[in-house]
Amino acid sequence: MSDTQHAVSYPRFLLHSFIAATDGSRAFYAWMTFLTALMLVGANAWAHQVVEGMALTGMTDHVSWGLYIANFTFLVGLAAGAVMMVIPAYLYDDHEMHDVVIIGELLAVAALVMCLGFVLADLGRPDRFWHMIPGLGRLNWPISMLTWDMIVLNGYLLINAHIAGYLLYTRFLGKKPNPRWYLPFVFLSIAWAVSIHTVTAFLYSGLGGRPFWNTAILAPRFLASAFVSGPAFVIVTLQIIRKLSDFKFGNGPIMTLLKVMRVTVLLNLFLLAAELFTIFYTGGSHVAAAQYLFFGLHGKSGLVPWIWTAIALNTIAAVMLLAPRAKTHMTWLNVACVITFVGVWIEKGMGLIIPGFIPSTLHEIVEYSPSLVEWKIMVGLWALGLMIYTVLLKIAIPILTDQVKVDTK
Amino acid sequence: MPPISRRTAIKAFGATLGAAAFARALAPLSNYQEGMSAEEFIQNHYKELSDEDMLKVLKRLEAETLKEYGAEVSIKDVKPMDGVQFGYALNLSVCIGCRKCAEACHKENNHDRATNNSYIRVMEMKQGSMDLEHGRAIYEDAVPEPGKYYMPVQCQQCDNPPCVHVCPVEATWKEKDGIVVVDYNWCIGCRYCEAACPYHARRFNWARPEIPAEEVNPVQAYLANRIRPQGVVEKCHFCLHRTREGRLPACLEACPTGARVFGNLLDPNSEIRWVLANKRVFVLKEELGTHPRFFYYFDE
Repeated sequence: MSDTQHAVSYPRFLLHSFIAATDGSRAFYAWMTFLTALMLVGANAWAHQVVEGMALTGMTDHVSWGLYIANFTFLVGLAAGAVMMVIPAYLYDDHEMHDVVIIGELLAVAALVMCLGFVLADLGRPDRFWHMIPGLGRLNWPISMLTWDMIVLNGYLLINAHIAGYLLYTRFLGKKPNPRWYLPFVFLSIAWAVSIHTVTAFLYSGLGGRPFWNTAILAPRFLASAFVSGPAFVIVTLQIIRKLSDFKFGNGPIMTLLKVMRVTVLLNLFLLAAELFTIFYTGGSHVAAAQYLFFGLHGKSGLVPWIWTAIALNTIAAVMLLAPRAKTHMTWLNVACVITFVGVWIEKGMGLIIPGFIPSTLHEIVEYSPSLVEWKIMVGLWALGLMIYTVLLKIAIPILTDQVKVDTK
Repeated sequence: MPPISRRTAIKAFGATLGAAAFARALAPLSNYQEGMSAEEFIQNHYKELSDEDMLKVLKRLEAETLKEYGAEVSIKDVKPMDGVQFGYALNLSVCIGCRKCAEACHKENNHDRATNNSYIRVMEMKQGSMDLEHGRAIYEDAVPEPGKYYMPVQCQQCDNPPCVHVCPVEATWKEKDGIVVVDYNWCIGCRYCEAACPYHARRFNWARPEIPAEEVNPVQAYLANRIRPQGVVEKCHFCLHRTREGRLPACLEACPTGARVFGNLLDPNSEIRWVLANKRVFVLKEELGTHPRFFYYFDE
């Protein structure tokens, strides 16, 4: 196809995408209106936070990162976890997975937008965001891990947007995609997925003054939990898509993801146990943060119910996923996935970020609980992510089911 | 052209309503924009300002302080001197935990009055233990208390500062006289430096600092004690607006027991060099390899 033809067909592709994304059933409009309402709440809370200052949050100089960075960390994992569909689809030539792999790639795109949103929400001076743009600002690269994180997150966003966009466009044209234009990016995205969560772990594990984070297995732990929470989200999404849309597929991809989760859910628990052994058996001053997290310290125990809930959820999820029923009863599996997702959200969110600050570096115990403004902004950003994901799926599904093609109109 | 369907009309109405609602939700931001000038928004990093730019910036900052705080102040850009490496030492045998140093720091550096902020945190420690876990920062009883000793902690002006390494935008750096500074007009407020500092030495401006005009210290410097904007990180700067002009830090002048010694580490005749040569000196968290320029010592 020549360039002039693309000049006609690409705008058509965009137009069809726009129509597909804004047209739907009553339930679809209700869902989008609901998400918009939540986003409005979040946007308004953020506007107030920017104007009146981050004093509106529950954070302090002692606990200087909170709910935003907890969500950010978890969502990097969700984005990385989507690669668990890419590997079977492309590396192991799993054809059934190949048909639905784009659902994972689009999830990565939505999750990454949310990650960037949470970082922006956490900035005291969002108006100075341009200081991080290479060329305009001053990027402290390669020394600062935050600059690495910026680069890998944006890179992963571009890679996934390119792969998904290219495959959808060629499908729209009714052509076979040219492997040259996407296969190299697919293999790059596998390595890149590992890198985004590794670099995010290095953000914390590189800080010598925070013993709770300063551990070499933090990156492996991050990856293990990413490869639990990502597939958990995708399994539920696949079931919903199968039910609500014309996109029909078999149980194959779900069973493959279940196999992955049966390993990673145990690996995640094992790595946590390995970490806890080192901390508690050694004792000394390094134990203080874990003591605070699991049992409370000097009468302060704000995180204890959170972490035991997470441990319980992750353990129940492991048992449910390993049970033979998980393969046959889809509701059972969905419940297990939701439990896993919530468990990891707590453990790799609040359960990881907050104890890094408690006790503080001068061993003061100042507790943290998120303010209403923080909860509102969090809900707003999750609504934004779900809206992006819904829109992307609304565009992708009619193309994947060949309902929309270049010459249909 | 086909006529516009009812469905399309409803969609367009919905989209307009949604956009209007978002504009309304974000409306508070217009207040924020009002308080900020275009020059401030596009201002370059400290190291990229020419002498001429700096003069303009200082004039603007003085005008803003007058407008926002009602205080006439003079802001200078005080540069480091050649042949000077600053160091600080503190005698734990004579410190009585009165926190006059913290109070002086609060006033000198134009800290927010409501939060009673200060760059110095004085730990009350159990005699016989150097474990910070056996200390506390908040104590109201008479000092000094028997069985206790006192350890003021402020920025250690590390030679290998973790806070500087982690800053994604180079808003903080070490000057050639060893002082770690922050460009308050470049910091994006990510607070990574706060997470990285092992000494709890950095402070964030969670809200706009409030100070009555008559209490504002008018002698200010760009990298030092000028009133910080909301949403940026700040820290102890060894009172560089004083010390780079040959004076002593405010905390040292305020100390009633003479526990504090400040000076040029490169001057062999300085008091600080005498302390380092003749006393039993230690630094906090030496095992982290931060190489502090803030030293503690005992008399005996």
